[in-house]
Amino acid sequence: MPAPAKRVALFVTCLTDQFYPRVGVAITKILEHFGCAVEFPPAQTCCGQPFFNNGFHREARQLAKRMVDIFGSFDYVVTPSGSCCAMVREQYHQLFGGDGDWEQPMHRLAMRTFEFVEFLDKVLKVDFSQFKLPGARSVTYHYTCHLRGLGVKDEGVRLLRQIGNVQFKPLEKTDQCCGFGGTFAVKYPAISGAIVDDKVNCIAATGADTLICNDTGCTMNIAGMCHRRGIDTSVRHIAELMADAMGIDVDNW
Amino acid sequence: MQVDRNTREFLEEAQASPFDFHTISIKAAGDERLKMAVSSNTQRQYDGRQLRMLELPDPDALRELAGQIKQHALDYLDYYLDQLKSAVEANGGQVHFAADGAAARGIIAGIAADANCHGIIKSKSMASEEIELTHHLENAGMDVVETDLGEFIIQISDDKPSHLVAPIIHKDRASIARLFADYFHTPYSDDPPTLTRQARVYLRDKFRRADLGITGGNFLIAQTGQVCVVENEGNARQSLSTPRVLVSLIGIEKVIPRPADLAVMLKLMARSSTGQRMTVYTSIFGGPRLAGEKDGPEQFHLVLLDNGRSEILANAEYRETLRCIRCGACLNACPVYRKIGGHAYGSVYPGPIGALITPLFQGLGNFKDLPQASSLCGACYEACPVKINIPRHLINLRRDIVNQKLGGWMERLIFRLWARGLRSPFIYRLIGAMQKFDLRRRAAGTGWVARLPRIAGGWTQVRDMPAPARRSFHQMWKDRP
Repeated sequence: MPAPAKRVALFVTCLTDQFYPRVGVAITKILEHFGCAVEFPPAQTCCGQPFFNNGFHREARQLAKRMVDIFGSFDYVVTPSGSCCAMVREQYHQLFGGDGDWEQPMHRLAMRTFEFVEFLDKVLKVDFSQFKLPGARSVTYHYTCHLRGLGVKDEGVRLLRQIGNVQFKPLEKTDQCCGFGGTFAVKYPAISGAIVDDKVNCIAATGADTLICNDTGCTMNIAGMCHRRGIDTSVRHIAELMADAMGIDVDNW
Repeated sequence: MQVDRNTREFLEEAQASPFDFHTISIKAAGDERLKMAVSSNTQRQYDGRQLRMLELPDPDALRELAGQIKQHALDYLDYYLDQLKSAVEANGGQVHFAADGAAARGIIAGIAADANCHGIIKSKSMASEEIELTHHLENAGMDVVETDLGEFIIQISDDKPSHLVAPIIHKDRASIARLFADYFHTPYSDDPPTLTRQARVYLRDKFRRADLGITGGNFLIAQTGQVCVVENEGNARQSLSTPRVLVSLIGIEKVIPRPADLAVMLKLMARSSTGQRMTVYTSIFGGPRLAGEKDGPEQFHLVLLDNGRSEILANAEYRETLRCIRCGACLNACPVYRKIGGHAYGSVYPGPIGALITPLFQGLGNFKDLPQASSLCGACYEACPVKINIPRHLINLRRDIVNQKLGGWMERLIFRLWARGLRSPFIYRLIGAMQKFDLRRRAAGTGWVARLPRIAGGWTQVRDMPAPARRSFHQMWKDRP
């Protein structure tokens, strides 16, 4: 008798929603393939991270409460963005500490929120060696900063290397920040620019045709610099690569 | 005294009040030579740190323990300072409490005068940099020489240190070679052993003549009344052994309870700092020469520096920042520090820890860019041997900036309106649609925007912006069969 489907809510994140909706489609279809019942609560907007990071904690708290209300009833909440996951798992308790009514439901949500790769690896325990890209691709990997807080280390690279036809090229200084940092990239462009320049130099040095980057902010930042410098590497979320290997159409349902 | 033109400009801008972080950091980020020097040196130290920490059976548990030891000492600092004072006095030493820099300088000048000292040798001490001790003693007509090679180079070039552990990380070999040629009136050579030998001969003479030695201190052991200094060159060992009067100037937050606690700290210190298992010299000392001992100073003075530390201590939220053991691991790990170096922080304490304590010591209003000029990547927290949650405190300071209205009113307004909009799915979708319309128009079919307007313009100053997708995920989901 098959196990009951896990009820998973997709927390797509504001940037992925607006800029890379295909990632949302990829994740939905991949999770369904592995037996999850995926729902998308349409009232979702933003987890509050930009407000928290910039010191607007009252505003962040209001948005966090919204998140708890919208996602509180699901078994699991899965998000394509490590930083948004970290916001819920690591930072929400700072906003609600000592608030009797909210601490419990907030904690419950935090325990059930996962970053996509984490979820595949730790909860679904999937093995991607059964899948193969249609053609050979040379691929490198940027370790996005918020994975530190989540305790995710090499799961992303491990899953990536399982996929057939992936020629993996290790990225030098893979765990050095890409320089996004949200408003940091806009307020301190000279510094942010110098940091992302360094990242793009390392990427170009691998000669890879694809960079796997599992955080939309990082992706926009790195892809934006690659495009400005005329560097050809395509920047993709791992879900998109997996979808390719699984023969999943991410442009249509 | 020769100073690089760039360094001179940096230092002048760093001195300007209020501190203009933007100007100096833009210049630093564009200085290819500086970036090379700082990036490669920090990377080397960081890689060393990663390797050495992995040798420990459970590095995270050890860091957690070290953090708890420091936190405990801070939480009971009044008790431990009392214990320390008794222990030092029992060893025959003298303890002086200096409320601020002026007091500390006065105490040390007084010690020198009372003991009739004229030649001072000094080992590396960030606390002494903080209070500009060397400058003041020089101005008072004393012969003071920095004996740490990096600090010596700083002294003779009228420069300032730019890293907690590697003070001349911003200098390259060629500029040091020029400096030595001018200072010593010798032919130009950029051969490191030759330059080092020159300094050594000069410093040996100073060591011989000095009658007052000034050290800093990495740790203070309350139970035994001892100072611990770690170093690679041996100049601190020299400074504390040969002169007849010894002064150790140390911040009150350096106290730890017992020798067993020192063992924990020493396991982490060099590994975190330079990627060594231990520094070449580790000295534990604490009083004047005892009867029957062949060497050591006749007088030992411990000058304990407050200079704003007790105010931070009193703040339960920020007290944790005083755990810092000045190892420099956070500097080496920081992507921002790697690109701009230490002078751009405008203070003696640069890097991630500097971005916290400089505003705390010198006023958030004077240094409000420092907590904001961070991508919050967390590499510093991961590297810190005493687990100071630097990103959390950077955010706390940003919260203080908002609450104290130190930032621009327009920024506050925009964030508040934006947050209000996000509480309504309808307004969120409306703003998304407007943004999509505007950006896709700017992209004109290419998928990329090369120039964003006004407040967002900083983004496109250095990189392009992808245009939003034709349909958002919300819209696509609605079409799901």
